[in-house]
Amino acid sequence: MRDRIAAFLVLLPSLVAVGIFVYGFIGQNLYVSLSDWGKNPAQALAEEPTLHFVGLANYQELFTGFVDVRFRQSVVNLIFFTLFFMAGSLGLGLLLAVALDQSPKGEGFFRTVFLFPMALSFVVTGTIWRWLLQPQGGVNVLPTLLGLPPLSFPWLTTREQVLVFDWNQLPFYTALVVGLVLLYVAYRAHREGERKRRFFALLSGGALLLWALTLGRGVHLLPYPEPHGFSLALVGVILAAMWQMSGYTMALYLAGLRGIPVEVLEAAKVDGANPWQTYRYVILPLLAPITLSAMIVLGHIALKIFDLIFAMAGLDYAPTDVPAIYMYLLAFRGNQFAKGATIGILLLLLVAVVVIPYLASQLRKEVRR
Amino acid sequence: MGRVILYAFLLLMAGFFLLPVYLVILTALKEPAKITLDTVWHWPDPVYWESFRIAWEAFRPKFQNSMVLAVSATLLSALVGALNGYVLAKWPFPGSNLLFALMLFGMFIPYQSILIPLFQFVKAIGLYGTLFGLILVHVIYGIPIITLIFKNYYSEIPDELVEAARIDGAGFFGVFRHVILPLSAPAFVVVAIWQFTQIWNEFLFAVTLTRPESQPITVALAQLAGGEAVKWNLPMAGAVLAALPTLLVYIFLGRYFLRGLLAGSVKG
Amino acid sequence: MRKWLLVLGVALGLSALAQTGKLEIFSWWAGDEGPALEALIRLYKQKYPGVEVINATVTGGAGVNAKAVLKTRMLGGDPPDTFQVHAGMELIGTWVVANRMEDLTPLFRQEGWLQAFPKGLIDLISHKGGIWSVPVNIHRSNVMWYIPAKLREWGVNPPKTWAEFLATCETLKRKGLQAPLALGENWTQQHLWESVALAMLGADGWNNLWNGKLKFTDPKAVAVWETFGKVLDCANKDAAGLSWQQAVDRVVQGQAAFNIMGDWAAGYMTTTLKLKPGTDFAWAPSPGTQGVFMMLSDSFGLPKGAKNRQNALNWLRLVGSKEGQDTFNPLKGSIAARLDSDPAKYNAYGQAAMRDWKSNRIVGSLVHGAVAPESFMSQFGTVMEIFLQTKSPKAAANAAQAIADQVGLGR
Repeated sequence: MRDRIAAFLVLLPSLVAVGIFVYGFIGQNLYVSLSDWGKNPAQALAEEPTLHFVGLANYQELFTGFVDVRFRQSVVNLIFFTLFFMAGSLGLGLLLAVALDQSPKGEGFFRTVFLFPMALSFVVTGTIWRWLLQPQGGVNVLPTLLGLPPLSFPWLTTREQVLVFDWNQLPFYTALVVGLVLLYVAYRAHREGERKRRFFALLSGGALLLWALTLGRGVHLLPYPEPHGFSLALVGVILAAMWQMSGYTMALYLAGLRGIPVEVLEAAKVDGANPWQTYRYVILPLLAPITLSAMIVLGHIALKIFDLIFAMAGLDYAPTDVPAIYMYLLAFRGNQFAKGATIGILLLLLVAVVVIPYLASQLRKEVRR
Repeated sequence: MGRVILYAFLLLMAGFFLLPVYLVILTALKEPAKITLDTVWHWPDPVYWESFRIAWEAFRPKFQNSMVLAVSATLLSALVGALNGYVLAKWPFPGSNLLFALMLFGMFIPYQSILIPLFQFVKAIGLYGTLFGLILVHVIYGIPIITLIFKNYYSEIPDELVEAARIDGAGFFGVFRHVILPLSAPAFVVVAIWQFTQIWNEFLFAVTLTRPESQPITVALAQLAGGEAVKWNLPMAGAVLAALPTLLVYIFLGRYFLRGLLAGSVKG
Repeated sequence: MRKWLLVLGVALGLSALAQTGKLEIFSWWAGDEGPALEALIRLYKQKYPGVEVINATVTGGAGVNAKAVLKTRMLGGDPPDTFQVHAGMELIGTWVVANRMEDLTPLFRQEGWLQAFPKGLIDLISHKGGIWSVPVNIHRSNVMWYIPAKLREWGVNPPKTWAEFLATCETLKRKGLQAPLALGENWTQQHLWESVALAMLGADGWNNLWNGKLKFTDPKAVAVWETFGKVLDCANKDAAGLSWQQAVDRVVQGQAAFNIMGDWAAGYMTTTLKLKPGTDFAWAPSPGTQGVFMMLSDSFGLPKGAKNRQNALNWLRLVGSKEGQDTFNPLKGSIAARLDSDPAKYNAYGQAAMRDWKSNRIVGSLVHGAVAPESFMSQFGTVMEIFLQTKSPKAAANAAQAIADQVGLGR
């Protein structure tokens, strides 16, 4: 019994520390986000600022306020960045892993080369790529070494956007996507014969879609159209991030590929599958759990991305803005602490949506074991 | 035919990963006046080692800060994490699983969401601007992942070993000292490498919580390169200096480095 | 009485010699703007050899990075002993209203500075009966730079109005110059905007914008954005990636004809690029702003809780002195804030600027902290981004007015 107490006492300081530094601070930050800290210049930087409770005003302003269009673009940027960065790193990592799995000569060398950027700081990567992507130098003049004309893509300095949509359509698109996902869940439940799940998924998904297609089109967050899209300046940032993280997915996949029992592959061969079919129908499904954990890790890196963009484009440049950057800018340059805290809370919610189900499922698995 | 494509692909990719490094070294070795955009890929003539001397001189104090920070925070968090992992793996108590899950959540939170309170707290306890403050912060936010790695590692150690030691009269700390600790070397290496790289490379806490004297090298580099009209040889030489320690760790301890990465991916 | 003061002065002088400890000076003057500050620090070290000076600089034009760092340090209860801050609302609306600065009125009286500095400038650093910083220089914001030899080669003259500018721009484009106007990152675009706005609104209109009498949504103010948009069409498309020095470089190298930048550009061209003012490069007031001097002033203040207060006061004493200002300004490309400085120490540009400073109508700069509080200033970058993204004068004007309302401009 004494030992049990000792065990608990050893753990206690960590629990308290994490309790304060994670949960306590989140609570404190939530409180700040509901206040007006920063609205009054005399209070913003005062020694002991007096804060007033303003409810959800900061949240409302960020989503519908006139000036905070930059926040909304930063959210759109973050979504596109996360999607393309995840897809790119997973795809490239898988290709590299498959190539290395063929046991080419110099495998060790190639593996080292593909993985070393992982050891670097995002600040270092950002500094390097900032130089590499100078519009009139770096990558763009590479072709001239072969006597070809230089490239002219302006990389980080472009303001062009593609896939532009109106912010007012956001509720519509969100409902559409969530509705379709729910319908898919219903379909899966149908195949697995889970009637209760099928019923609820079908009901909620159908209701959402119905709302989206009827009333949803009429909802307007803003009194005027506000275009947002995938800002092409992010392409360079995505490339740099892929450069750094693809080796990581490669390592994960390679471990997975090497872990597939030979018998399984033999069996596929006996069944007459060609290499392509083997990959498509045997190997890829076996790699699915790896893909999932890689997605969690990459997604969570993407949602927190800050230092890479700070080093590549600085704080002031809206086309490469993400909420983490904008938060820092608002709080520590613009003295808008409450709004900065609000963005912090929103980011937390975004990450929680991804991570909590994953943690819960992992925990459940653990218990079952 | 397939082999040709394979090697062509591998070489192309090696180019993608190595060209940036090549450019860094080229630029760092050029005289500032000779750096022009259209000749960035030309070999430096003459080779100008001065950049590294100047960069080293400017960065040495920050380099030392980073060293002190990364080493001490790594050691402390490894120690705390090992004990935590030991408790959770071998001395679970009712609710310990739930507490562990709550703790794990701490490794996923975006630090922007606690930045303002953290800043206020560090200031309130008088550690703002000091290296101690930054070390404390890194140790605490490192607890979840380090605990996770040690817990997973210690779960693999058979309970029978622990039981046997207890029958011999060893208590909580006795078991840890005589049974667990001697078996822990690989886990410590993995954790040390992981934490060292993470802390060395970290930026957000460093830029918010330090003053010039206690700045780590990442902050100094970002400020040098983010400033204006910089001659690019200096940031490039600085980037090499900032990257060197973690690169060396990777090159010489690559195997453990990889294991750290895989551990970091939370494989339940 | 006078004798008594003399004794006090000698005592102070002696104590100055014995002064030890440290002095941390926080500024954003590094790299090309560094030599002027370094010269001033050398002078300080001559006077106070026992003091270890820490020159804490954070680079980034107009202090964009430095201001964030300074903020965390002040909030963290770790103020530098003295820091660079633009005279005007950046000082008053950020730090003085938050009760973070020490009143320097006694220093001003002691040193006789109430007469040494122009009254308008003292007003800019005064608030609620106190004087809050020591101005070291005067810069001009509305200046257009060019290379006379290149203009002759292209056969154009420096334009006098924005309409003329746009016509010249077309001529140059036809002659194969893709981007006649060289432009840099976000804040330099705001800098260009304030020159356009001053020309379109006039000095009175400009002042009315900041005292709340003229709304940003007024058709006159919206028209500023329309012209600004046309001017942008003359500029390089990769602006976001260039620092202000790189933009100046483009003009010097002949890739562009004009650059609108504050007169630190003169310091850069003479001190770093070794060009001769008046011959190698030349200047004119930015189009449509003849006879108006849009000023900004760098100053140093004394934060409450400075660790080496006495050393900081000595620094301020030096910064405000004739000797200090005439050491600093010729290198910086600015002119002295004091009225009694020695024109012989300045180059052709500096002397011209001094003449204009005395004869022109004076207005304050937005981007460089004179007319609007930082809460407006820092969000004006967002207004600029909105305009660059949407190209809509209306949207930019609405956003600017929304911020003005939010921060209570002119109230």
